[in-house]
Amino acid sequence: MSENKVFMIFQDTADARPFVDAFEQENPEASLDYQPGMVRIDAMGELSISQAVVSELAGRDVDLQELHLTLVSLSGNVDEDDEYFKITRQ
Amino acid sequence: MAAKRLNMRKRYELLTRGLGWEPTYQDKEKVFSNETYEGIKITNWDKWEDPFRLTADAYWKYQAEKDKKLYAVMDSFAQNNAHLNVSDASYINALKLFIQGVTPLEYQAHRGYARLARQFSGEGAQIACQMQSIDELRHAQTQIHTLSHYNKHFNGMHDPFHMHDRVWYLSVPKSYFDDAKSAGPFEFITSVSFAFEYVLTNLLFVPFMSGAAYNGDMATVTFGFSAQSDESRHMTLGLEIIKFLVEQHEDNLPIVQGWIDKHFWRAYRVLGLVSMMQDYMLPESPMSWKEAWDIYFVENAGALFNDLSRYGLRMPKYHEQATLEAEHLSHQVWGIFYNYIHAAAFNIGLPTEKKMDWLSEKYPNTFDQHYRPRIDMWREMEKDGKRFFNMGLPQLCQVCQIPMGFTEVAKDDPMQIAYRVSNYQGEKFHTCSDGCKDIFDNEPEKYVNAWLPVHQIFQGNCGGAEIPDIMKWYHFRPEDGGDYNGSADQKHWQEMRGETKQTDTPSEPVQASA
Repeated sequence: MSENKVFMIFQDTADARPFVDAFEQENPEASLDYQPGMVRIDAMGELSISQAVVSELAGRDVDLQELHLTLVSLSGNVDEDDEYFKITRQ
Repeated sequence: MAAKRLNMRKRYELLTRGLGWEPTYQDKEKVFSNETYEGIKITNWDKWEDPFRLTADAYWKYQAEKDKKLYAVMDSFAQNNAHLNVSDASYINALKLFIQGVTPLEYQAHRGYARLARQFSGEGAQIACQMQSIDELRHAQTQIHTLSHYNKHFNGMHDPFHMHDRVWYLSVPKSYFDDAKSAGPFEFITSVSFAFEYVLTNLLFVPFMSGAAYNGDMATVTFGFSAQSDESRHMTLGLEIIKFLVEQHEDNLPIVQGWIDKHFWRAYRVLGLVSMMQDYMLPESPMSWKEAWDIYFVENAGALFNDLSRYGLRMPKYHEQATLEAEHLSHQVWGIFYNYIHAAAFNIGLPTEKKMDWLSEKYPNTFDQHYRPRIDMWREMEKDGKRFFNMGLPQLCQVCQIPMGFTEVAKDDPMQIAYRVSNYQGEKFHTCSDGCKDIFDNEPEKYVNAWLPVHQIFQGNCGGAEIPDIMKWYHFRPEDGGDYNGSADQKHWQEMRGETKQTDTPSEPVQASA
């Protein structure tokens, strides 16, 4: 069941919110688990966000690498470019 | 018109490719002299793929931003005397263990990655290691800076680097890093980036920092998560190095698997300290060690190694044993510290009734059966004024350096202490487990040189033969250790909070010769 699970963990802060909300919005299968100070986003196989959605949610032009500021941990294979950030596991 | 900005892939390529050169004044093997002696074969460094394509300008920009955020929190924390808002001063003991045991490792990692940045001949790997080296230094500095506020109000945090090099329980994390740092560069990176950071580091930082949040310690949450935000980059480096090594040459596979086996077990043993911190030292625990192990090791590492099986890699040896031990580990480690807390620079105490019930609930298969009776007995002894302190010096495992207190959990005999012995050049060497014995037997010439604190005390190298002499040599002050109940910190905490003084008297260990 957990064979190909991937996750992202963010700080539970205002700066992280557009990223967390984008993961929630763009990955309907994902589940969110709020723990003290942090939020964990889980899914099977893949989690991805796009620059357009994060920018829309933040109300400004966001560089996806800003996720480094609030990222706590992750599991999976990272694939990133200007327009998207993806974490996968087959 | 400004030129169109290059895309991320291109920007990163320009930073990491084509910047190296073929040396002509010296042989390449001499310039990168560490790259071959471990038997690792690299055919093409250009196949190195960086998952996070951070350029130098982006790196500095984000790191500066992280520090700015952290220092703003630290300032307001100090300004508002926010140390008074933590759940209880007994919580601070987790921070003492952190700055004594973990912060010096950050500094060791800084040095280790600086060496790698110099010794790897591939530019992509050089840059990743250079950034990590700077990150690790930042972690050591921000941790010292954040915890310096606590150092003004609580004991045991005044000289962590000196303690780290000398103290019996700190030789556990220190010896693990010494082991990695004295190995070749590929073993070091497999150990620290993969076995420790990718496979196990979530167990250190995530529950620790979530625990800090749960106990009202905003400053620690902030430095912890600030460090952890770099950690995500380090973890992906760990994963990349493993894939890179096994893809470069088939001969690398058995070497890498051997390192994964060894360093998984080494790092896991170090985390025994974290298990105690999580289950026994946090007044409010958001998650038990067992729960964290199930999520971050069983589930996460299961998925990871499933992913890596296509490269021929398998789960680290003895991982099943570590999982079986997850229901015992924190209780056993805490038991060791209960015996020897008079020789430590932090305080612990018997768990409260509320904590005992929490432990029963979290450890339904082990706590009531094996560990509650022992704690009940110790509580009775304390009531009778016979608080038990162990005045002998324990036998240490030659590899992990932990006092021999782990039991035969994997052999279904959880109350029998595990001992293993190896013979090397006519002498006996003791280890605590099959995992540590395998490590010893594979490189006995390395581990016979281990600096074992107990042996060193007996050899007269630690300031003297009496406990107070040794404590002085550790730079411990008399008020640093012992039971939390009746401790100087507890008294000071009650004064700071304007609470009435408790009448508990501390249990004094009888001073005996070592």
